[in-house]
Amino acid sequence: MPTPLTVNGTRYDIDLPEDVPLLWVLRDEIGLTGTKYGCGVAACGACTVQIDGEAVRSCQVPLGDVRGEVTTIEGLGTPDAMAAIQRAWAEHQVAQCGYCQSGQIMQAAALLAETPAPSDDEIDAAMQGNLCRCGTYPRIRAAIHSAAKMMKEA
Amino acid sequence: MASIGKIARRSFLIGSAAIVGGVAFGTYYVARPAPNPLTPGAGGGALNPFVLIDANGITLIAPRAEMGQGVQTTWAALIAEELDVEMDQIRVLHGPAAQAYYNSALLGEALPGKGYDKTSFGHTLAETLGRVGKVMNMQVTGGSTSMVDGYSRMRAAGASARETLKQAAADLLGVARADLRTEKAMVIAADGREIAYADLAEAAAGLDPIDAPLRDPAQWRILGKPVDRVDMVDKVTGTARFGIDVRLEGMRFAALRMNPHLGGRMIRFDDSPARAMPGVDRVVNLGNGIAVVASNTWLAMQAAEAVEIDWEMGTNPPDTEAVFDRIAAGFDGGANSTLRDDGDAATLPEGATEITAEYRVPYLAHATMEPMNATALYSGIKLEVWCGNQAPLFTRKSCAAAVGLAPEAVEVHTTYMGGGFGRRGELDFSVYAAQVAAEMPGTPVQLTWSREEDMTHDFYRPGALARFRGAVKDGKAVLLDGQIAAQSPTQQAMGRWLGLPAAGPDKGTVDGAFNQPYAIPNFRVRGYLADLTIPVGFWRSVGASMNGFLFDSFIDEMAHAAGRDPLAFRLELARAEYAPAATVLETVREMSDWTGETPEGVGRGVGFCYSFGTPTATVIEVRDTKDGIAMSRAWIAADVGVALDPRNLEAQLSGGMVYGLSAACFGEITFAEGAVEQQNFPDYDALRIHNTPTTEVRILQNQEHISGAGEPGTPPSMPALANALFDLTGKRARSLPLMHDFDLLV
Repeated sequence: MPTPLTVNGTRYDIDLPEDVPLLWVLRDEIGLTGTKYGCGVAACGACTVQIDGEAVRSCQVPLGDVRGEVTTIEGLGTPDAMAAIQRAWAEHQVAQCGYCQSGQIMQAAALLAETPAPSDDEIDAAMQGNLCRCGTYPRIRAAIHSAAKMMKEA
Repeated sequence: MASIGKIARRSFLIGSAAIVGGVAFGTYYVARPAPNPLTPGAGGGALNPFVLIDANGITLIAPRAEMGQGVQTTWAALIAEELDVEMDQIRVLHGPAAQAYYNSALLGEALPGKGYDKTSFGHTLAETLGRVGKVMNMQVTGGSTSMVDGYSRMRAAGASARETLKQAAADLLGVARADLRTEKAMVIAADGREIAYADLAEAAAGLDPIDAPLRDPAQWRILGKPVDRVDMVDKVTGTARFGIDVRLEGMRFAALRMNPHLGGRMIRFDDSPARAMPGVDRVVNLGNGIAVVASNTWLAMQAAEAVEIDWEMGTNPPDTEAVFDRIAAGFDGGANSTLRDDGDAATLPEGATEITAEYRVPYLAHATMEPMNATALYSGIKLEVWCGNQAPLFTRKSCAAAVGLAPEAVEVHTTYMGGGFGRRGELDFSVYAAQVAAEMPGTPVQLTWSREEDMTHDFYRPGALARFRGAVKDGKAVLLDGQIAAQSPTQQAMGRWLGLPAAGPDKGTVDGAFNQPYAIPNFRVRGYLADLTIPVGFWRSVGASMNGFLFDSFIDEMAHAAGRDPLAFRLELARAEYAPAATVLETVREMSDWTGETPEGVGRGVGFCYSFGTPTATVIEVRDTKDGIAMSRAWIAADVGVALDPRNLEAQLSGGMVYGLSAACFGEITFAEGAVEQQNFPDYDALRIHNTPTTEVRILQNQEHISGAGEPGTPPSMPALANALFDLTGKRARSLPLMHDFDLLV
């Protein structure tokens, strides 16, 4: 029997075994490729999405265990209508290779939803599960502070 | 030019390695323009291989792989500057694999000279040699060469296209070309009439290209200032398409499992358990491993694990210590190179104090964030390959050979890459995808490596050993004699890229050591090659990634033995040899308020390396914290000659530093039973946001020629940290990674 799944407000019926991780359902079944595969063991954060606003590693959530609505980077904003946090990322020219940035942004968005003006220590605590081999961390930090300001003013 | 042809016919010198046989071409073939691979739409024109104007607008071709270094943006900016178009009026494409897109700087960079002492003649020679890159199909992104390669050529391409468009307008309006000007993709006549480039492209493409002098940098509108990257919005909205994101109609997904014993073959396999699993289409024999094709990547990965396989052992020593014994045995043979031999390094100057030390660095994986992958579609007469890669023409040739087609029957689509660092200059991931696709004609297949396969089947940065003997007298360095032993990635890569045996002095083994701009009267550096076949490759900053640490750490030891401040000691050595190197040291001293003194619980170290033509100095500050030793701050000064985009340069230098510090702290590939022990990020970690230092970068432009920035940030970061730890703890790090000897914040 297909498994119902809601992603970015759209309802899907997924005809796959229930142990297939959400990551691969998103990427290979639905075709939402913004969420990335990096390690498969929750060690890099590239696959971070939100389920009911909470940041989770989609490589560790089996399809059958998804309870709630999934938001991916594509659901946060689009090139023509970016979310504040994406605008902050662009303003600071954060991305280098860019591969980890979907996960970084989804993690940071969850942080800002809970902690609207995070300190550097709070950023460290929330973001240290997200690996970036290009070393964009200083700009990620700056972009989170900028996004916090933008969202406060909005 | 005649001499180049002669060299090429005999034994072509590619920097460190002389490639013998196989390459034969005449002067005309070298100088002849490569065909323009672009095909404009109706009513358009391809003014040269880099400027295409048609109904889709203005497309600039940046045929260098975008792996995060921002090359597509700055490359396009070089053309746009002279073409008189704005960055928001263009789109930038990587374009096809084509000879016209050869790298004219890569072979020049590989010349075995020191670099900083290059004369005008030396530069001309490098440029001339670079042209040979065309016939060797060197469309390669690497060696921090893109800006060196493109700086003049791409501005010239823009200027020529502009003047040719003006000529087309002049013909149309019946005025002289000199009476026309250009702005924002328009030709404008003295009377105010305007014609869009798009309306002139077809006519201009029919004219002979017109050369024009390059503008003075003082007139630049775009270059020299921060430019928003053309890939940024796509990368923050999840819409940038990496190789792993390619989606084609009817596509299937594959995973692979290769022999973990490097170099070993597969003896037998039983795929019946895998074929019984849900979603599995088939299992493909790749010779030294298998691939499973399924309806999604995860199912394919699970099924690949379920295949029962007997592996043959490899031929290299089974464990890490045995590997390093073999590297040490390299010292017993003759030196492969003596690229520096000033004065008499064999004799200890009278009254001097001698110090000796041995150093060791481990093998390293690239660990790009995006695991290796490629997508292929085979029709029987044609093969298409989609992948992030740093060498499209070599990719095309290898894939063609793998499926029995001519190279012309293979089309390579180069995507964004989630990190390259040298790994994506290799061909294995593309060839495997082609092999799988060839088994399923008409069905596109995406082959994705698990992180574990990626980590255990890399072309590793070689492990290395160094033996140093130095002497100081009256506070000065009077002798330095270094010996370094390692495998040669260059020799291996030339075999993989060109199918040619390589020999001769290997620059990579000693790069970052022999060519340091230090005036030491008795100064010798010898390289030794290790007799091993462990797969090794180019890893961000290549030889300097080893020697940055090996050589500069020993310089630090010499400074302490001489009783001198380590920064002042280096500065004095550099000042007498190469002024721009001294200036970066002075700059980093000023930026960091270096006094040579640090309070209790704080340590500071300086590191310096001249690599890829860019002298770079780094200061790292470490602090004791309750959670371990933390890197609190870092300062970098680098001289790139011409700073085309200061904000992007800052990102490259600080990013290069983080890559180096990650390796210095945690990076280590070890072996057991001939297989790599590290599997994934939990045992091959890198810096994270909380243990990356606050970093300040300053870009200098004192050097006469433009140089690269993608790699030079990496080498000096490692000794700077090790030297800071010495300052903090009094313990000298002579091997990496540092986590084994220091309580680092993790």
